[in-house]
Amino acid sequence: MSPKTPSKLEKILRAGHRAVTSECGPPRGSDPAHIVHKAQLIQRHVDAINITDNQTSVCRLCSLAACIRLKLMGLEPVLQMVVRDRNRIALQSDILGAASFDIHNLLCLSGDHQRFGDNAQGQNVFDLDSMQLLQTVRRMRDEGKFLGGDPVQRPPAMFVGAAANPFADPFEIRVPRLAKKVAAGAEFIQTQCIYNLERFEKWMELVRDRGLHEKVFILAGVTPFKSAGMARYMKSKVPGMDVPDEVVKRMAGTPKDKQAEEGITICVETIQRLKAVEGVAGFHIMAIEWEERVPEIVERAGLFPRPTV
Amino acid sequence: MIVAERKPIEEILGQVKQVRSVLVLGCNECVTVCEAGGKKEVGVLASALRMLFLQQGREVNVGERTLERQCDTEYLEEIRDMIDAFDAVVSLACGVGIQFTAERYPSKAVYPGVNTCFMGAALERGVWSERCQGCGSCILAATGAVCPITRCAKRLLNGPCGGSTAGKCEISKDVECAWQLIIDRLKALGRLEDYERLSPIKDWSTDRAGGPRKIIREDLRS
Ligand code: SF4
Ligand code: SF4
Repeated sequence: MSPKTPSKLEKILRAGHRAVTSECGPPRGSDPAHIVHKAQLIQRHVDAINITDNQTSVCRLCSLAACIRLKLMGLEPVLQMVVRDRNRIALQSDILGAASFDIHNLLCLSGDHQRFGDNAQGQNVFDLDSMQLLQTVRRMRDEGKFLGGDPVQRPPAMFVGAAANPFADPFEIRVPRLAKKVAAGAEFIQTQCIYNLERFEKWMELVRDRGLHEKVFILAGVTPFKSAGMARYMKSKVPGMDVPDEVVKRMAGTPKDKQAEEGITICVETIQRLKAVEGVAGFHIMAIEWEERVPEIVERAGLFPRPTV
Repeated sequence: MIVAERKPIEEILGQVKQVRSVLVLGCNECVTVCEAGGKKEVGVLASALRMLFLQQGREVNVGERTLERQCDTEYLEEIRDMIDAFDAVVSLACGVGIQFTAERYPSKAVYPGVNTCFMGAALERGVWSERCQGCGSCILAATGAVCPITRCAKRLLNGPCGGSTAGKCEISKDVECAWQLIIDRLKALGRLEDYERLSPIKDWSTDRAGGPRKIIREDLRS
């Protein structure tokens, strides 16, 4: 199918290449140098860069402004948008703002509850949910209409994505839930970090049984561990994360000064194994505050050089 | 019912520090059932206040009364004769009763003696849980009679989010995930396929978002 938007990420995926995306968290302040520097570290090794939207409900420089920075650098941003902080007026308005800078990728998310962040006493909005945000963008793009029904001048040309967590409970609806996101308009999916490969492969099998892998591009999410401590933390403290005991043991059994190396190796092995899984259209490498190691992961996983489209 | 919690006595004391006489006014409905503002709690609060005023060396006349309902003008009329003896009222009714009392007696200062919390029910003695946020357009038919607006921390109409773990909500291991409950219910009803129906974007204008709400039933008006 030919691309529906000018998105480079979409072009790469539709051309049948494995896509590689990564993400950067904006700074807790107004200095743009930080985001520029992070992007420079990875720009040659990834096709698009997600900018997180006040992740874990900790207040940061806004995703849209950081995406504009990337755009000014000639890079391809993926604007993450959570429905926690903005109602349908603000969401539609920000979509147009992003489209006015030709930001061509949007990832629709619910967002972590504010209780995890630095403003736990704040209100949350949740006027729409992430599926309804998908529907909203698709309506703006495909029908050229606002939710209220009025026409949008110069509709946003955005390739629209969503997150999926193959590991969250209840397992039996993880695939129906993906089907729902596809029905709502998701064109690409970035998954939660994968450590439990068997469970992910089982999920992919169910995804293929329903033919969903032909309707949506699935980018498998990976995050390298920096240390055994991080593995343990992700296992026990992060909701919806599935880190098998063997992986924690493997990290813990490695001498401290070699743990970072081992974390990268596990990540590379994960990518290599998942390359063989039918329906995995690419990788989303979330190296949390460890962007400098992304190029190495991409190269060692045999995903370099990146295609030009 | 409406579930309320008693306010700390220090806070109530702070509200009435200027008064010379105060009526502690309870309500026989929801706040009696949830043991926050019925006749018993009126008695307890009034005695505590009397003692504290005494300790402060203040002579304050503390009266007690519990009405059938404070959210009903007819019952509020019952205190018309006695209210002149007091400068202020500490109402132990829900926020509705407190405001109705103040509207009925505009010259009296009316203070809240409880925090009105939610519409819910008792799970067991001493434990109450929220069930409805009065969104004004009930969607329980689609969700197996579990309300995601009230019970999902993100009021997701198409949940669950990725944070649902072993039946619990991402905000706390002590909170059930509403969407787990919905899925369990749909399964028990043999309706799991309904899960895949996208829940439409909600019209929140019938909710608090639409401004103060009012219902007018012409058929009942005389
Ligand atoms: S859907 Fe609305 S009216 Fe129905 S239980 Fe939930 S909040 Fe109450
Ligand atoms: S874990 Fe369940 S109840 Fe909690 S926010 Fe997510 S979907 Fe809602």
